[in-house]
Amino acid sequence: MATQSSRKAARAMLSPTVILLLVWMIVPLAMTLWFSLQRYNLLYPDRTGFNDFGNYTRFVLSPAFGGAVVNTLVLVVGVLAITVILGILIALLIDQPIWGQGIVRILVISPFFIMPPVAALIWKNMFMNPTNGLFAEAAKFIGLSPYDFLGNAPLASIILIVAWQWLPFATLILLTALQSLSSEELEAAEMDGAGPVSRFWYIMLPHLARAITVVVLIQTIFLLGIFGEILVTTNGGPGTSSTTLPYLIYKEALLDFDVGTAAAGGVVAVILANIVAFFLMRAIGKNLDA
Amino acid sequence: MGKITLHQVRKSFGEVDVIPGIDLTIEDGEFVVFVGPSGCGKSTLLRLIAGLEDTTAGTMQIDGREATHLPPAQRGLAMVFQSYALYPHMTVRKNIAFPLKMAGMTAAEQEAKVQHAAKILNLTNYLDRRPGQLSGGQRQRVAIGRAIVREPAAFLFDEPLSNLDAALRVTMRQEISELHQSLKTTMIYVTHDQVEAMTMADKIVVLNAGRVEQVGSPLDLYHSPRNLFVAGFIGSPKMNLITGAEAAKYNCTTLGVRPEHIRVGEGPWQGVVGLSEHLGSDSFIKVEVDGIGTINVRASGEIGVHHGDPIKLSPDMDKLHRFDGEGLALK
Repeated sequence: MATQSSRKAARAMLSPTVILLLVWMIVPLAMTLWFSLQRYNLLYPDRTGFNDFGNYTRFVLSPAFGGAVVNTLVLVVGVLAITVILGILIALLIDQPIWGQGIVRILVISPFFIMPPVAALIWKNMFMNPTNGLFAEAAKFIGLSPYDFLGNAPLASIILIVAWQWLPFATLILLTALQSLSSEELEAAEMDGAGPVSRFWYIMLPHLARAITVVVLIQTIFLLGIFGEILVTTNGGPGTSSTTLPYLIYKEALLDFDVGTAAAGGVVAVILANIVAFFLMRAIGKNLDA
Repeated sequence: MGKITLHQVRKSFGEVDVIPGIDLTIEDGEFVVFVGPSGCGKSTLLRLIAGLEDTTAGTMQIDGREATHLPPAQRGLAMVFQSYALYPHMTVRKNIAFPLKMAGMTAAEQEAKVQHAAKILNLTNYLDRRPGQLSGGQRQRVAIGRAIVREPAAFLFDEPLSNLDAALRVTMRQEISELHQSLKTTMIYVTHDQVEAMTMADKIVVLNAGRVEQVGSPLDLYHSPRNLFVAGFIGSPKMNLITGAEAAKYNCTTLGVRPEHIRVGEGPWQGVVGLSEHLGSDSFIKVEVDGIGTINVRASGEIGVHHGDPIKLSPDMDKLHRFDGEGLALK
């Protein structure tokens, strides 16, 4: 890309893709912004026109909003904590040379291949169901009364389901990072008198810092939008105890048919996600520098 | 202090005997070099001494203490790895202080020792940098610093100079030798480079296929190699090994003549110059000698022979090496 003509050619070659992607992004964004400022309720087609920021105030001031934000953050932080901590432990485990290593690794990765609603339904009906579920059977077997997971601890149950799905991703990234640690570095630490715990704390964990950062950033992007698992298990309930921001937007749009408020909610969610991203990058982004 | 004794030490990986059984004594304060071609087991032997590999059989004493089953940290040895194995996320200061921190020293003691080591190794200005910001030679020095601060019974070096360029290698070689002079600690140094071995060692251990071929001072090995392997391995360019009728004249199976022990001018061997390399200080010439084959000759200074010139050679009679049918030297 040295000469002017080659730069021009490169720009010409790239432009169709760039323009297509730009249109693909701009049009929905512009429509969402437009709708968010409109009176647009499918139940009242006669009420139209500009609503200024009425949709925003209605969405933000609705009683479910604060709880939804908190639930979203709890979901994200909870899943991140479980996947990162367990992911490191499992990665350490399957990094050991064991018999049947290949099969074990495939088994560990397999939850990632299952579609989220399917996984959630299996958890809901086969494991967590208080009458027929395996957990209920297990509880009865040891003489305890079955626990209604999705009824009594809906958010924690959803965190468990989502963490189960995302654990393979974290494990995989952390495992590859672990394998890139030079054995000489560990041996040097061993000769320097570092025991297994010190080796983990001073050598392995700093080495994993970048991989952990990648896991946290990528998962946060996806976890902020978790929706299917909630829809098929708790429907945001009981009450609003497992309603997250995406679910609240869904409720505005498809249960209350209020397109304008839902669009405003979408814009609010985008803003909140950017705030989260900003603080996340401030906190751990430096780990990505080489 | 740092006497290390190996008795019938054996190492197998599965069915393969990498080291079939070695007896070796390394005296306190010695600079010992393990040298041999790649795959000869020299690194494995070093790792056995370090405790990074378990011995399959045999015993080992370090400092008069039974050490065969001691974990690496308790052997009182420090190792410098081929890749230096610095901790990339720690500053030079923290790298050097790491073994002290693991030993539970106070911050003040650590700092004093780090400063001392940094002064010896000229690293004082780099203490707050990370390994990634250092050159190869500086990294090497940090790795050595990390070894020094532990005040070990012996230093182990695993091909420490192989990642450096040729000029730096010579400098670092001298620095390590000087370090040995000033610390007077036992050092064990693994290399495949016989020049490093010859220049640095008090004692060279030549290894081949896990076996010790010969142990001795550099000049011992040069003047009286015990067998064909050592004769061919030590010395550069390689010793000429002549078999057949010419060797039979000297009552041996193989006759060895070092290139520097052949005179150009008059003599019994007649041939034609093949390749000639003129370095100014030395001239290396390859000669096709009738009835013998290719003979390498190293003549000091400049000699005016070129490709295709006829030439006569005579070996120094008192510097011939004679070997029997099993490759052992004849006295």
